[in-house]
Amino acid sequence: MINKGSYVRIRKTLLQPDERSSNLPEETKKVPYKMWIKGYTLEDGELFDIAEIKTIDGRIVKGRIKEHNPAYKHNYGDFVPEALELRNRIKGDFHE
Amino acid sequence: MSNAYDTLMARKAEIMKKSVGIDYSIYEYEGIGFDFEKLMSDQGYTIESIREIQLENMVGNTPLVELKNITAYARKFAKKGYGARIFLKDEAANLSGSFKARRAALAVHQAKKLGYKGVIAATSGNYGAAVAALAAKAGLKCIIVQECFDSKNVSQPEILEKARKCEAYGAEVVQLSVGPELFYYFLKLLDETGYFNASLYSPYGIRGIETLGHEIAEEIMAKEGKYPEAVGVTNAGGGNLTGTARGLKDAGAINTKIIAASVDLTGLHMASDTDFNKKSFTTGHTGFGIPFSTYPDRSDVPRSAGRPLRYMDQYVVVNQGSVFYMTESLALLEGMERGPAGNTSLAAAFSLAQTMKENEIIVVQETEYTGAGKHLLPQLSFAKKNGVELLFGNPLDEVPGKNIIFPENGGLLQHRELNMDDLRRSYLKRYKEVTLTEEDYQFLCDELNVAKEKILELL
Repeated sequence: MINKGSYVRIRKTLLQPDERSSNLPEETKKVPYKMWIKGYTLEDGELFDIAEIKTIDGRIVKGRIKEHNPAYKHNYGDFVPEALELRNRIKGDFHE
Repeated sequence: MSNAYDTLMARKAEIMKKSVGIDYSIYEYEGIGFDFEKLMSDQGYTIESIREIQLENMVGNTPLVELKNITAYARKFAKKGYGARIFLKDEAANLSGSFKARRAALAVHQAKKLGYKGVIAATSGNYGAAVAALAAKAGLKCIIVQECFDSKNVSQPEILEKARKCEAYGAEVVQLSVGPELFYYFLKLLDETGYFNASLYSPYGIRGIETLGHEIAEEIMAKEGKYPEAVGVTNAGGGNLTGTARGLKDAGAINTKIIAASVDLTGLHMASDTDFNKKSFTTGHTGFGIPFSTYPDRSDVPRSAGRPLRYMDQYVVVNQGSVFYMTESLALLEGMERGPAGNTSLAAAFSLAQTMKENEIIVVQETEYTGAGKHLLPQLSFAKKNGVELLFGNPLDEVPGKNIIFPENGGLLQHRELNMDDLRRSYLKRYKEVTLTEEDYQFLCDELNVAKEKILELL
């Protein structure tokens, strides 16, 4: 249960594939044009329900709830051995 | 196209006029041109007043540092007597962490002056954070519209970080999937909210960078008793180059060579859903740099104030692996950890310096902040997840989207030169069938910075 007033991220389809701009590569033309936006739900609901939210700006937008309490998940990625090698090469190259 | 789309797009001119506060039609000539200088000077700002607005907002007066170790490194690969001194303007020191704050400071000031309640900007880059930060300081509402994710709902880590930063300043962030229809939704938001269009390409968005050119000219003159021989500018939408060059010239550095640099993303289509997450740079690349140079008016205002071919003396590209190489070099040799995209012109300068004499000076005019997502490590990790191979070798062999090739050693880090006449020809191609008047030719001479004979030859 996601209570009214919870902070969520919704997804909304803005344009279906046949409504999209004509000047697009094939792979883009065949997929819908979508939006993500966050805000406070205006009604009780469940994950994946269609709901109205009030955004930070105060606008009302309707879409499917994709996330409850959306967190920032971007980070420094997985260990990349090549990055370490890059460092070692630069140091070696400069001091050689 | 749906009716909603067509109806809204048909009202484009009206929405634009209301949201930028400029009637562009008064600058139009009868033929193909418009009065660029008047558009720039008409908005009530002088270089002094721009400086004042920026300083009040913690923008500008960034440190100019000589990169002595990187210069020494470049000289290892230069002929005797060659290897120009490389200086760097640390623009990451601006409020919000990039030179974009210079542009945002003026745009937001204008929005406030004209009585708008809020500002909107369409950008996946640092400009969003800059507008959000300045809007927060000015007490204005702010919406940032980003192109962010592909049809599999996968986002560029760099863009997610910028969204976080915008939200930290209290802005609303609208994230869209891949495609040029961003402009449609952007117009819809302008119409719905009545906010100011803080376009990167308005006169405010460009004049705000003129202070950067001024500072470079004045600071190098004060330190070295001369203007720099060259300034390297990372080129995407053309505003950075236009503003910096105008500032340099206005300050007196009329002979300083203006060198554009972009990351080479040849072969990746900017509107492609599948190519979107195969690139490791979301700005500063040829996918923006070339089309915006050869057709500046593709922007989100009727006439772009970013017109790079007016000022560009040379245009070079470097590969993704080289920019990552210099990003690491800057941290390892100079103790400056900065964001990769901002180091595009640094990578170019490392190679260009080797073609210049050792008593000459090349200034790299920007850096940007770095952090989770917007850093070499997450970007390389993301590239690998998207099937891009990481290799060491000759960076000129890199195939964007397939691999990233780091130079095997500093000596292999080389720029590739673009043919300026090819760019000019591409600009002129839409006038091939047009009967041009003398006024039109004059406009084209100004636009391409060449004489009429050259225009005739290129046409």
